[in-house]
Amino acid sequence: MTLLDARPGRPVRILKIADDQARAQCVRFGIGEGTIIDSAETLPLGPVLVRHCRQEICVGRRLAGRVLVEDAVGA
Amino acid sequence: MSAATATAPCCPSPTVDAPAGARRIVLVGNPNVGKSLFFNAFTGLYVDVSNYPGTTVAVSSGHMGDDVVLDTPGIYGVSSFNDEETVARDIVMEADVVLNVVDAVHLERDLFLTQQIIDMGIPMVVALNMADEARAKGVEIDVEELSSRLAVPVVPTVAVRREGFDQVREALADARPGRSDPELQERLAALLDRTGTRPEALLVLEADPFVSARTGVSVEGQRDAIYQDRRRRVDAVVAAAVRHPGSRTDLGARLGRALVRPLVGVPVLALTLFAMYEVIGVFVAGTVVGFTEGTVMQGYVEPFLRGAVERVTGSSGVAYSILAGEFGVVTMTVTYILGLLLPLVVAFYLLMSTLEDSGYLPRIAALSDRLMSGIGLNGRAIIPMILGFGCITMATMTTRILGSERERRIATALMAFAIPCSAQLGVVVALLAAAGGGTIALAYGAIMVLIFGLIGLALDRVLPGKSTDLLIDLPPLRLPRPRNVLTKTYHKTWMFLKEVSLYFVAGALLLSLLEVTGALQGLQGLLAPLTVGWLGLPSAASNAFVMGFVRRDFGAAGLFDLGLGGTQILVALVTITLFVPCIASVLIIMKERGKAFTAAVWFGSVGLAFFVGGVVAKLAGVL
Repeated sequence: MTLLDARPGRPVRILKIADDQARAQCVRFGIGEGTIIDSAETLPLGPVLVRHCRQEICVGRRLAGRVLVEDAVGA
Repeated sequence: MSAATATAPCCPSPTVDAPAGARRIVLVGNPNVGKSLFFNAFTGLYVDVSNYPGTTVAVSSGHMGDDVVLDTPGIYGVSSFNDEETVARDIVMEADVVLNVVDAVHLERDLFLTQQIIDMGIPMVVALNMADEARAKGVEIDVEELSSRLAVPVVPTVAVRREGFDQVREALADARPGRSDPELQERLAALLDRTGTRPEALLVLEADPFVSARTGVSVEGQRDAIYQDRRRRVDAVVAAAVRHPGSRTDLGARLGRALVRPLVGVPVLALTLFAMYEVIGVFVAGTVVGFTEGTVMQGYVEPFLRGAVERVTGSSGVAYSILAGEFGVVTMTVTYILGLLLPLVVAFYLLMSTLEDSGYLPRIAALSDRLMSGIGLNGRAIIPMILGFGCITMATMTTRILGSERERRIATALMAFAIPCSAQLGVVVALLAAAGGGTIALAYGAIMVLIFGLIGLALDRVLPGKSTDLLIDLPPLRLPRPRNVLTKTYHKTWMFLKEVSLYFVAGALLLSLLEVTGALQGLQGLLAPLTVGWLGLPSAASNAFVMGFVRRDFGAAGLFDLGLGGTQILVALVTITLFVPCIASVLIIMKERGKAFTAAVWFGSVGLAFFVGGVVAKLAGVL
C-alpha cells in the first residue's frame, strides 16, 4: 500500500520513496526507506500529514501515492 | 534544475570588510531554530543585509570583534534543491568556522545538517538551542555524550532569553572539525586534488550538479548511499545522547494540528484573509494612501517637481510632457512608488512576516495544497497568490520560491490575468458598492474565481513538464518577535524598491512616449468599436481600459464618471480586471519569464478580457 492508504494513528514502515529529491529530503527529516514512522493521515481536502519524532511533515497527495509503506503494528 | 538557481552558478559571496586574519563565522541551521537571535546578539546594530544575486534570499553580515559573522537562510541540508540551499551552500563552503544552531526538540532532523558539515571538515560549534523547550517536552539530552560523539563543542542555549550566549562565544575559540566517517573521508581525499577543497569534494560526491559544473569534476553520484549512511550515524548519535521517556502535547501543538484541518482551518483562514483585507485593502489602501498619495505627493511634492522641471524645460513642449506631464517620468514615478506602493508593500510584508514567523504560513500552504494541485501548483504557491492581491509586481518576484519553472509560469500567468492588485481592488470595491453591491458583487466574485480556475486548469494541461509536490515540515506555532518582523519588513521592502524602481521609471517613459506620439489615443480609438458594439459600454470606457495599462487602478477609476448601470459595471469590471497588468509588472514578468511568455500573457489577457466581458454582457442581456 501507499502512504495514502495508511490508517490514521498507526505506525507504518516506509518501504520505498519513488522520487529522488523527495527521498533525499525525507532522509534529512529523519525518514529513510526502512524507517518506522509514528503515523500518516490523509487530511480531508488536504495533503498527507506524517508524524515522526515530534515532527509534522506535509506530503502532497501525488507524492504520497509514490511512497510505499507496510503496516508496522507489532513490528 | 530551476532557472532561478541557474542564474547564480558561481559564488560572489557577500563582501564584508574583514581585517587580515579575521575569521568568517557562518551561522547555519534548519529553518525556525532561532539563528537570527544569535546573529542579532553577536553583531549588534551595524549589520549589512543584501539580496543574494539572482534570488530573493537575503544574507546578513556583521562583525563580532575582529571576526565577520554571516547569517544563512534556514536549510535542512547543503545542496542545490532551492535558492535557500544554493545561497547557504556557497557561504558555508567558504566558512572558517560554522556555528550550527540546532533545535534540541528535533535533533533527529537537525543533526543531519550538523553531520554533513562535519563531513565537510569545517571547524564547528553546536548551539543546542531551545534546551528549555526540550526539557518541557520531556526530551532529556546528555550534552557531554553528544559533544563527545560529534567531537565538537556543544553548548546548551535558550536564545530568546540569551542564555548560553557567552559560553557560545568562548566555545568558538575551540571550534574543531568533528568526527566523520573514515571510509567517506578516504573517498573525499581521493577527489581532493581535482576539486580543491573538502566541502567541494563532498558535494561532488553527493552529485550536486552546480558544484560538479563549477569544479569541472563529475563522478558517479552516490547521494543515496552517503545520505543513508549519514542518517545511520546521526541515529546512532541520537540513540546514545537523547532520551525521551514521555512526550507531552501542549496547547500550541493541538492548535497547530487543528489549523490544517478544514473544519477549523478554513474558517480561521477566512478570518485571517478578511482581517488582512480590512487592514490593507481598507485602511492602508484607502486612508493611508489617500494621505501619502493625495495630500503629500499630489499636494506638495508633484507641484514642486513640476515647477523644477518647468524652470529647465519651459511649461510646454515634448520634454516637459515626458518629464512632468500626465505620465511624467519624474512626477508619476515618484508619486507611484512613494505615495502608493511604499505604504502597501510595507503593510503586506509586515503581515506576511508576522504570518511567516508565527508558523501559520506553512499551515495555509498545507490547507490549500489540494486545491492548488488541481491547477498544477502546490500549496507553497498560496504565498505569491496572496501577495498578488497587494502588488502583482511584488508577487511575480516571489514566484521564485516555487519549485519549478512550470509552476512559476502558471502562478505568474494566473496573477497577471485574474488577480486584481490592491490599488485596483480598492476601486473595484467602490464601484461594486456604487452598483448596489449584493448580486453584482457576487456575480463579479464568482466570474473571477471561475476564470481563475479555468485558466489554471488550461495551463496545467498545456504547459510541458512536471510540477513539484508539497513536502514541508510544519514548525511549531510561536508568537512572532516584533524586532524580527520589523527587520524582515524593512529589508524586503528596501530590496523590492531597489529592484523595481527602475522598471517604474521605464514604464512611465514608455507611456509618455506613446502619448506624445499619439499612439495611446490611437489605441483607444482602436478599442472603441469593440467597447461599444461588443461590450455595450460607452466609447469613453475604452480610455479606461487603456489607462489600466498605466496603472490598473487608473483604469478602474476612469469608470466612475461614466454613469454606468449595474450590468454595465459588472461587464466593465470583469473586462478591466482581466485586461493587461500594469506596465511595471509587465516589465518584471519579462525579466523573470522572458519575452515570449510576456507577449503570450499580454495578448492573451487583451483577448480574454474582451471575450469574457462580451460573453458576460450577452448573458446578462438574456437573463
